[in-house]
Amino acid sequence: MRLLIERSELFRALSHVASVVERRTTIPILSNVLVRADDGHVSFKGTDLEREVIETVPADVTQSGAVTIQAHLLHDIVRKLADGSQITLDGAGGGERLTLTCGHAKFQLPALAADEFPDIGAGEMPHEFEIPAHELRRLIEKARFAISTEETRYYLNGIYLHTTVSAGKPVLRAVATDGHRLAQIEQLAPNGAEGMPGVIVPRKTVNEVHKLLEGSDEDVRVSLSAQRIQFKTEKVTMTSKLIDGTFPDYQRVIPQGNNKIMNVGNAEFANAVDRVATVSTERGRAVKLAIERDKLILSVTNPDGGSATEEIPVDYDADRLEIGFNARYLLDIAGQLESPTVRFFLSDAGSPTTVRDEGDENALYVLMPMRV
Amino acid sequence: MTPALCRDCCELTHGADATCLGCGSGWMLRHGELADLEIAHIDCDAFYASVEKRDRPKLKDQPVIVGHPGGRGVVTTACYIARQYGVRSAMPMFKAIELCPRATVIPPDMSKYKRVSHHIREIMRAATPVIEPVSLDEAYLDLSEPHRTAAGPPAEALARVARDVEIEVGITVSIGLAPNKFLAKLASELDKPRGFSVIGQAEARAFLARLAVGKINGVGPAMVQRLEAGGIRTIGDLQHLSPSELLGRFGKFGRRLVHYANGDDDRAVTPDRPTKSISAEDTFSRDTAKVSDLLAEAKRLSVRVAGHLVRNGLAAGTVVVKLKTSQFALLSRHRRLAVPTQKAEVLFEASRPLIEKEADGRAFRLIGIGADRLVPADEADPPDLFGS
Repeated sequence: MRLLIERSELFRALSHVASVVERRTTIPILSNVLVRADDGHVSFKGTDLEREVIETVPADVTQSGAVTIQAHLLHDIVRKLADGSQITLDGAGGGERLTLTCGHAKFQLPALAADEFPDIGAGEMPHEFEIPAHELRRLIEKARFAISTEETRYYLNGIYLHTTVSAGKPVLRAVATDGHRLAQIEQLAPNGAEGMPGVIVPRKTVNEVHKLLEGSDEDVRVSLSAQRIQFKTEKVTMTSKLIDGTFPDYQRVIPQGNNKIMNVGNAEFANAVDRVATVSTERGRAVKLAIERDKLILSVTNPDGGSATEEIPVDYDADRLEIGFNARYLLDIAGQLESPTVRFFLSDAGSPTTVRDEGDENALYVLMPMRV
Repeated sequence: MTPALCRDCCELTHGADATCLGCGSGWMLRHGELADLEIAHIDCDAFYASVEKRDRPKLKDQPVIVGHPGGRGVVTTACYIARQYGVRSAMPMFKAIELCPRATVIPPDMSKYKRVSHHIREIMRAATPVIEPVSLDEAYLDLSEPHRTAAGPPAEALARVARDVEIEVGITVSIGLAPNKFLAKLASELDKPRGFSVIGQAEARAFLARLAVGKINGVGPAMVQRLEAGGIRTIGDLQHLSPSELLGRFGKFGRRLVHYANGDDDRAVTPDRPTKSISAEDTFSRDTAKVSDLLAEAKRLSVRVAGHLVRNGLAAGTVVVKLKTSQFALLSRHRRLAVPTQKAEVLFEASRPLIEKEADGRAFRLIGIGADRLVPADEADPPDLFGS
């Protein structure tokens, strides 16, 4: 294998691919990236056995072939090379070594045989649809903060992506929850999405896809089966296993009859929560919301660190209510809302509360109150 | 019946038998308050010398002195054989050599003693997290509820500490068990080496009466002189003085003298650091490699740890699994919880994958479950949308 490639092309591809490669692995070849050169292009593939990323870029290939090299090492080297330079990769000598040359710099890197590189096997993907990158990214971005990190509830360790009918229209919906808060984001279902099985996309895959699509305005081709999902753009293909489990019946926990409605300015609310939460030593402490006619009083009491209260004007005319929420959860949700006004749909101090963006019917959040 | 503790099998019984009904051992300790006392002082026997002998088996039956050799050095520790020749701690080395010319003198290796001390403290932690180290070789332990993490009465937990230190560290300790720190410290000196002595509330005054006043904490040579000048030589002499007389003659310190003379001491056992973790562990009666055994024990231990968390108003942010192989290799694995918990089920479920991963056929002699990154209880187990 011998090829000439532009440094920025190589660097971008390696950044995408190396990010799925674990820094510490027990199987040596899993630390490597598979470099495969063919007519006029070179592909880079990295995997952690749960997912794999393949990125193909143009290159001046003088001899085709394949070799595997430590991904993070190669990435670090290329990062330090001057932008705009040309890099030669030479895998001559039976694939035991790769020689990288750039100007007067030369690196000899140990290689492992390409035919031992694992493949997670896409299998047949009977469902397929296309979705603009920014729309897919929005679904992911607004839901992912609620993904559970609790490994005992592995079926919550991802985003539940499925189609359903909302307000009479078919929608593609992303749901994530950790049992304390829930995010439900949807949009009109793209052609071909209807009839797809509901799948749980693992957290790491979600984050990698989010990163891959940054700044992209192309269409993403999503293919899936009950076991695998694949995201494909012009240059990059990411294939991931899905979480093998049953997502709980989340619709059951979305309150329907909450009729105490509070409208509050998003920025004003978030800033006040952030301020009063300062006195709590732990990030997970409760903020108490005392809501009465047109007035919201936020307060935090920390037995060791004093207390804080702040009053802000709201639009509310139901019965007085006191309810506590985890400050961090409130801030997480406020960070996802886009319109100037947040709407809270409350019931009582012990029941789930719904939060919505005033101008956005496609995003809904549910918050479990804390004891205060 | 007077409670009796078998030093070999570490079981507390109430029989009058001269030997242990459980194991046949005759190494029994009897005391009326044995089942009730909760403050202990543990002192390693000739600590530095014992560690050096452990590492040099050839010197086992030889006199050993730890200290810097040479004219100006002093004896740091003398082993019990060297003590028979009159060698004492703090004695000038030349004098020690004069008394016991065939003693082997070994310069102290403090970093080694620190490591051993740390190991011993870890073993103590199985009994209680409330440990107040006095120096590398002695510590006070508070085994009262709600601190005690070991199952069973304090005396049993202490006997197990002594046994485990012998097996795992290879040196011996002496234990004093009493109602308070002052008496516990006196008790640990009574039966050295490898001792276990009890001073109960009932005999405290009579026991103290015979002792010299210098045995009281904080009564140094100058104070002894002052007391003796006033005709007070023994603690018994102090007992005969009225509290007001002592207060008048010795001021604030007089009040302390009154308390100590009567066997009272309300100083708390103060750990050198706040409670950072809570754990419980158990040694299997027979080493096991079976996952089901490990998990069953982990489940029981989780219940115990959860109980301690609740009683202390704390919640676990991290779960720690401790395993000791039959070769005494210690491993500990931990997992951060998504939200802090006080629940035994959550502790257990978090420990399960850690245990399953280690159970690869190796036999284990001990398993422990710990709660780490402790936070106040009000942050634990927030209500869940799915009700689990």
